[in-house]
Amino acid sequence: MTVLTEGRLDTAVSRDAALAVGDLRRDLAVIAEMIEPRSRVLDIGCGDGMLLAHLAQSKAVDGRGIELSQAGVNACVRSALSVIQGDADHDLEAYPDGAFDYVVLSQTLQATRNPRLVLESLVRIGRRAIVSFPNFGYWKIRLRLLATGRMPRSSLLSHVWWDTPNIHLCTIRDFLELAQDLGISTDRSLILDSAGRPYPFGAQGRLANLLAEQGVFLLRRP
Amino acid sequence: MTMSTTNAAPSPAVASSSSQAVSSSQAVAEASGGQVLRVAEPLSLDSGASLAPYQIAYRTYGRLNADRSNAVLICHALTGDQYVAETHPVTGKPGWWSTLAGPGKLLDTDRYFLICTNVLGGCLGSSGPKDINPATGEAWGLEFPMITVGDMVRAQRVLIDHLGIDRLFCVIGGSMGGMQVLEWAARYPERLFAAVPIATAARHSAQNIAFHEVGRQAIMADPDWCGGDYIRQGRRPQRGLAVARMAAHITYLSEQALHRKFGRNLRNPTGLGYGFEADFEVESYLRYQGKSFVERFDANSYLYITRAMDYFDLAAEHGGKLAGAFKDTKTRYCVISFTSDWLFPTSESRAVVHALNAVAADVSFVEIETDKGHDAFLLDEPEFFQTLRGFLDGCARLSGLAPSTAPSP
Repeated sequence: MTVLTEGRLDTAVSRDAALAVGDLRRDLAVIAEMIEPRSRVLDIGCGDGMLLAHLAQSKAVDGRGIELSQAGVNACVRSALSVIQGDADHDLEAYPDGAFDYVVLSQTLQATRNPRLVLESLVRIGRRAIVSFPNFGYWKIRLRLLATGRMPRSSLLSHVWWDTPNIHLCTIRDFLELAQDLGISTDRSLILDSAGRPYPFGAQGRLANLLAEQGVFLLRRP
Repeated sequence: MTMSTTNAAPSPAVASSSSQAVSSSQAVAEASGGQVLRVAEPLSLDSGASLAPYQIAYRTYGRLNADRSNAVLICHALTGDQYVAETHPVTGKPGWWSTLAGPGKLLDTDRYFLICTNVLGGCLGSSGPKDINPATGEAWGLEFPMITVGDMVRAQRVLIDHLGIDRLFCVIGGSMGGMQVLEWAARYPERLFAAVPIATAARHSAQNIAFHEVGRQAIMADPDWCGGDYIRQGRRPQRGLAVARMAAHITYLSEQALHRKFGRNLRNPTGLGYGFEADFEVESYLRYQGKSFVERFDANSYLYITRAMDYFDLAAEHGGKLAGAFKDTKTRYCVISFTSDWLFPTSESRAVVHALNAVAADVSFVEIETDKGHDAFLLDEPEFFQTLRGFLDGCARLSGLAPSTAPSP
C-alpha cells in the first residue's frame, strides 16, 4: 500500500493505521461494498486513487476524484484516473445536482472547514453519499482524555493537537444529529471496531458510539 | 505543392492548384519540406469578413493508422509555428516541443500521427498579413482581415477534414495553443476524444491584454512600421518588434527563474559601465531575445495574433456561462497549470475545471510545482511529463489504440 508523504493522505488520518483487506484499506472495502456496479462515483480526498482504481476494476464504475495533494493527484492521473486537484471546501459548488450516483468522503469530513456545508453538498451532488470518519466518542479516546487530561491520540488520529488537520472532530451521535437537522436520511450505518471489523449500527445507539473506532454511513438527500 | 503524407483524398471544397502567387513565407515552408494546403472555398471569419483563397502550412510526423484514429493535433502558442519536432528551417534550432514530441517520446511518432499547423494570421506559411493580397497583388498589411482563435480553429478543421480524419485522438497545446484546444472542444466536441489545455485560460485577462497592448504600441511607434505598410515600402520595424518581444519575454518567466538565471550579474565583472549599454546580464539576455525574434517573425503577424488572444473569451461566446461551452461534452480533459505561471495562473485553469465540473465532464487537473514560470510548458518538467503520459496512455487504452512500445523515461 502506497502512503504519500504529503497532503490529505498523510495529514487527515494515517491511512496505513487502519487494517487493510487485501490491497484495500478496511473502511474503503466497506465503502466499496456499498456501491452498485457501473455507477458514477466521485471520491473526495481520493488520495492516490486506491478506491477509484478498485471500483473501476471490480465494479466497472465511472469514477472521478478530488485530491488536495499534488503527489496524490499526479499518482492518480498517471494511472489514468480522472482526478482534479482541489478540496471539499472549495471545489464542490460547481457540480450540478445529482451529477453522481455516489459521492464518497472517507476520513475527511473532520478536516473540512465547514462540515455542515460539505455534507449538504455531498447529498446535493450525489444521489447517495458515503461518509466515513473517526469517532471521537470511541471509548479509548474518552478514556485517554479522562486518564491523562491531554488531547487523545490514537492510530486513526495520530497528530499532535497543534499540527492536526482534524479541526472538526465529532462523535457518531454528533454526526447523526447534524444529518437529521439537514433532513438527510441514513440508508445504511456501519461501525468499525479497532480491528477494522464492520458491525451493523442498529438499535444499540449509545453503545455503538462507545465501541466504534470509526463509522461509515450511506446517506440520501431529503 | 507537398501533399499530406496520408492517402486521404482531398475534400471537394479544397483546391489543390498552385496557381496562386508564391509568397515568401510559403517559399520557406515548402523549401523546408513543409506542407501547404491551399483552399479556394472562402473561410467565414468571426469578424464577418471572409477569406479566400487562403492557405494553411502544416507539418505531420508519424503515420496515420488504418482506421485514422491516432491523430494528435498540436496547437502552437503566440510565436510558435508548425515545426514541432524537427530542426527549424529559419533558426536552425530544435523543434519547439522536441522535448515532448518525436520517436519514442511522450507524443510518440511511432504511435501517434502528429499534426501541427501554422495558425491563420501567422508568418510561416499560413495566410497572414505579410502575404500577397490576391485582389491587389501586394502584401496585405493591415488590409488582412482580423483573425480570432475561433478562426484559427476553423481553418485547422478544414485541414483535418482534408486529411480524412473524423475524430482526433487528442488536441493539445499550451498558452494560445491551449485556447485553441478549448475552442476545439467547445466548437467540435464530436471531433476529439481527448483535450489537453496547458497553461492557458478560457479568456484573456485584463493584465494580459495590457501586456499585449504595450507590445503592439512598441511596434506601431517604430517609424519603420509605416502604418503597417512596411513591406511595400521595403522597411522592417525591427526595433519595435524586438521591444515587444522583450516585454513579452519577461511575462513568460518567473521572478525566481530570472533571479536564478541572472541575479544582478554584470557582463563586465570589473564593474558598472556608468552608461546605458547592457551592463546587466539580464539586459543582454533580453536584447538577444528581441534580436533573434525579429529574424523569424513578422511585426504585423504579431499584432494580429496578440489581438486574437485578447479577443478570446469562451464564456462570452456561450451566453456568459463558461459551462455552456462544454455542455454534453464526451471529451476527456486533462487541464495542466504551473505554480509560478503568473501570465496564465492556476486560477484560470481552475475556472475551466469548475466549468467542466458543472457539466460533470471527465476531467483531470494538475498544478505542477515549478519555478520556471509560464514557459514551463515548453521545458523538461518530469512531473508534467509523467502526468501527461499517464493521461494519454489511459486515453489510448480507452479509445482502443495499441499500447505504446516506447520505454518510459
